[in-house]
Amino acid sequence: MALTAQDVASLAKLARIELTDAELDVLAPQLDVILESVARVSEVAAQDIPPSSHALPLTNVFREDELRPCLPRDVVLAGAPAAEQMRFRVPRILEEEA
Amino acid sequence: MTLRQPAAEIILQSAADLASKIKSGELSAVEVARAHLDRIAEIDGEIHAFLYVDGERALATAARVDAKIAAGDEVGPLAGVPLALKDILTYAGAPTTCGSKILEGWLPPYDATVTRRLLDHDLVILGKTNLDEFAMGSSTENSAYGPTRNPWDTSRIPGGSGGGSAAAVAAFEAPLAIGTDTGGSIRQPAAVTGTVGVKPTYGGSSRYGLVALASSLDQPGPCARTVLDAALLHQVIAGHDPCDSTSIDQPVPDVVSAARSADVSGMKIGVVSELGGEGYAPGVEQRFHEGVELLASLGAEIVEVACPHFVYALPAYYLILPAECSSNLAKFDAMRFGLRVGDDGVASAEQVMAMTREAGFGAEVKRRIIIGTYALSSGYYDAYYGQAQKVRTLISRDFDQAFSQVDVLVSPATPVTAFKIGEKVDDPLAMYMNDLCTIPSNLAGNASASFQVGLAPEDGLPVGLQVIAPPLADDRLYRVGAALEAALESDWGGPLLDRLPELGPVR
Repeated sequence: MALTAQDVASLAKLARIELTDAELDVLAPQLDVILESVARVSEVAAQDIPPSSHALPLTNVFREDELRPCLPRDVVLAGAPAAEQMRFRVPRILEEEA
Repeated sequence: MTLRQPAAEIILQSAADLASKIKSGELSAVEVARAHLDRIAEIDGEIHAFLYVDGERALATAARVDAKIAAGDEVGPLAGVPLALKDILTYAGAPTTCGSKILEGWLPPYDATVTRRLLDHDLVILGKTNLDEFAMGSSTENSAYGPTRNPWDTSRIPGGSGGGSAAAVAAFEAPLAIGTDTGGSIRQPAAVTGTVGVKPTYGGSSRYGLVALASSLDQPGPCARTVLDAALLHQVIAGHDPCDSTSIDQPVPDVVSAARSADVSGMKIGVVSELGGEGYAPGVEQRFHEGVELLASLGAEIVEVACPHFVYALPAYYLILPAECSSNLAKFDAMRFGLRVGDDGVASAEQVMAMTREAGFGAEVKRRIIIGTYALSSGYYDAYYGQAQKVRTLISRDFDQAFSQVDVLVSPATPVTAFKIGEKVDDPLAMYMNDLCTIPSNLAGNASASFQVGLAPEDGLPVGLQVIAPPLADDRLYRVGAALEAALESDWGGPLLDRLPELGPVR
């Protein structure tokens, strides 16, 4: 399989983690060993087996469509890394070239 | 105030005994809380079971419980008993870190349902316990705040992810603790610390307020020193919760009566053929087989049962779990809570997000998020995640087949006893092997537990026997566990933890 540092960098980009070069060099062989090991699931011939996404059968759960109290805004914003005008303050969301 | 009993006599008691003495007035909840807080102050520098000790609030809660009892008010069956809460369940007013730098100092704005039930039942929460970061690990070495040490040998791991909860209970810092079990995080720490740990049926206890690792696998449950104590705590925390849409809307199995009955006569018990042999420590196999023979001598019928797909449980789990966790941990985006780094007015939200996740997550969390991202990416989805989901079906079918022949299954809880801190940190696959026996039950969503069966002769470290029961037959776990405990303690002349090496001046 041989996962390269370059492959790990692409995956990290998708996962929004800015890995250092040193981390990429350590992670690539580690992840390669793990992926090779978990690939054993393909040994099971399972064409006609239905997949399970959950432990027990699930049904939709409904409740009455009525107003319920929610957390007060100031309580929620108290845990935010930055807040302004009673809102979450976030860094710019558009690229400069956009 | 002066203690009416030496503190040592208080902390050595079971939760059941403490509860009845608090109720009768023989002990006050305040002196019980104080004795445990003193014990924590004395030895937790060495054990590091706690990330946060909530001493003042614990004493205030205990005083309220004493007042309620004095006034003749109705109180819960564990009223006044101290408890340690795994730091992945929210408790408003105390930080929830999940063992991660990304949530350092974060104060949750609400209580988890499990926490709410503990408080409503008058338990006294002493603090929050250490864990592998976001519950990813089998040793607590992945905690960003340093490892917890095993009270049996402080150079060794206490298991994980709930090593803090198990060590707190084993070291007599608390008679009870809450754990969460995604692939063995309650049972494996219980096994290697000589304590009791139970994973209820998936949906048996609420996940509301539990910071999600893998939503289809996570399940909160009790940690204790005795089987009855675990059952009493199970009864308090379990039951339907409208805030968790996967919560089971059915009565909680009568686990307390089962623990009191301790009767396995006529029970059919299956030994899983696949969980033993190569890779298992000789002392683990020896104590496990002695435990099985003991159950036979108590009137259980023992048969061997094959579960041929269990050999694929570990690989399937290490695809399903990373896939779910890569999605669940996407919420740590530096926008609404937790850490934010690099917000210099120039960097974009995406850049800040990537820098924050780089700075805030530890190595194992990064490994699993990347594996999950890989397994879910187009081109690989069918071969990895899709195939793992099919294996999950095959494992459930193995269990269905087994439970058509037997009432419960048994196996060692973990292949080896507690290993040295640092021994496996650089070998993720070797670390993953610790959950070999516990993972199948999470994939199928049934009930399972680890009970202590003695010390391995070669290293003098605790061994756990795992019991697995069908969904909603959690009571059977307690029948088996209590029968084993009673027979073993009568052989040993006392509890296993009587043999715990001395920690601090109390013992």
